[in-house]
Amino acid sequence: MNQTVVSYLSQYEFYDVLLKLFGGNQGLLALTIYLLLGVAIIGMCATIGGLGTYAERKISADLQARIGPNRVGPYGLLQMLADGVKMMTKEDIMPFTADKMLFYLAPLLCLTGVFATLAVVPFSSGFIMADMNVGIFYLVAISSLVGVGVFLGGYASNSKWSMLGGMRGASQIISYEIPVTISLLAITLLAGGMGFGTIIGRQGGLPHQWFMFHNPFAFLATFVYFIGALAETNRAPFDLPEAESELVSGYHTEYTGMRFGFFALAEYIEVFVVCGVAAALFLGGYQIPGISIDILPLQAVQFVIFMTKTLMLYYVVIWIRWTLPRLRVDQLMSVCWKYLTPMAILNLVGCAIWMVAFDGQSIAEMILGGQH
Amino acid sequence: MIPAQIDGLMPVVIFMGLAVLLFLGGHFASVLLAPKKPSHLKSTPYECGEQPVGSAWSMFNVRFYVVGLIFIIFDVESVLMFPVAAIFKEMVDMGQGGYALIILLSFVSVLLEGIAYCWRKGDLDWVKSFQHSLKKETK
Repeated sequence: MNQTVVSYLSQYEFYDVLLKLFGGNQGLLALTIYLLLGVAIIGMCATIGGLGTYAERKISADLQARIGPNRVGPYGLLQMLADGVKMMTKEDIMPFTADKMLFYLAPLLCLTGVFATLAVVPFSSGFIMADMNVGIFYLVAISSLVGVGVFLGGYASNSKWSMLGGMRGASQIISYEIPVTISLLAITLLAGGMGFGTIIGRQGGLPHQWFMFHNPFAFLATFVYFIGALAETNRAPFDLPEAESELVSGYHTEYTGMRFGFFALAEYIEVFVVCGVAAALFLGGYQIPGISIDILPLQAVQFVIFMTKTLMLYYVVIWIRWTLPRLRVDQLMSVCWKYLTPMAILNLVGCAIWMVAFDGQSIAEMILGGQH
Repeated sequence: MIPAQIDGLMPVVIFMGLAVLLFLGGHFASVLLAPKKPSHLKSTPYECGEQPVGSAWSMFNVRFYVVGLIFIIFDVESVLMFPVAAIFKEMVDMGQGGYALIILLSFVSVLLEGIAYCWRKGDLDWVKSFQHSLKKETK
């Protein structure tokens, strides 16, 4: 059964009041709520993406003993606005050899794929836009659109750098999808469902109740997922498709102005989504330690907990980017196919055997004496 | 009670629609704000300042094709495993965990067989052909 924000809100009395305001038209009311929340979520994620670029530069500056952006606004906080304005006022150049339609379409595909994944990100137990019963499956499927966008961007530019970047991007994204999908399978197996609500519901607020510490195999799966997800979002040390120092800028070499901005926005929001999914599936998501009742004010606390975990992971992603050097193409492929994929399969089998052998109990439950 | 067609996939459609709206809005803003001084040289594809030689749409390395092929095999198999994984806990709770485990392991063994075959054939090595010819020469 699918659950959405609207069906969550319809438990409360004010929903009936709102329904009367809309003349009893449930479809119109649902559309309004979805639109408002959708705009809010996208606004929030765009701000996080913008602050992500700022954080990236500040953190890299810290790691390299520099100061970083500090001119625009207090502590350089308005840097992202300046960047946005700059992107809008830059001339839009398209190579005359390019495939015009695909060139226009590529950033849109990236953006659509990333925004569509936001529909299943579980901000709190009620505030999931659509808690589908096939949540993980939907996420894996729809985020593949980004790979198509990256490849099309490289192909349509008809520039050699872009073509190389696009092909690398496509092969990298599809390769790393395999370990990621199989790690997610292991979690599906432990939770007994694919919906985000179901999976988070099976975890608790305290670390020993998280799926990360459910068993040793799930612990490994966490890292396999995180490494694979880094590669899928083209983040360093896996940023071969846009390697600045060897491919100029990879698949978006020929993109200027706003269209480049959309690629960058899609990438930063995708990192946020990937961190959110990691927080939800492995780190207990929005669960409040020790409290299991569900009332409306607690949704805000859940939201804060979820965002804290996600943004901490976001910090780790940036930290990794400025710490590790880039991989070579053959190393990239052997890391994926010879290490991560067998490890992910091992984790899947290990989790399955653990489930059967110990009747689905986690390590903590076995030590503390089975309180499930 | 909310009708099912509203409860289902409406948010997905709305998010996709918002992506298209944002895209068009951004374009509109840049059409209004950005300068327009087109020239032939400016719109040549970037090749480090040199005149571009030929088209970029030429033959590409066959390795990418092999990677794509391996991906499709694995992706289909992992998709087929999702339903098994989703009801696994239910089966364990019903006391039929062993049966479900055998089903899952048979799926995984097919997957492992695939990766072992590709590994053996050397399709997972990025520099396959070079290594092979080198081995022959040293023999």
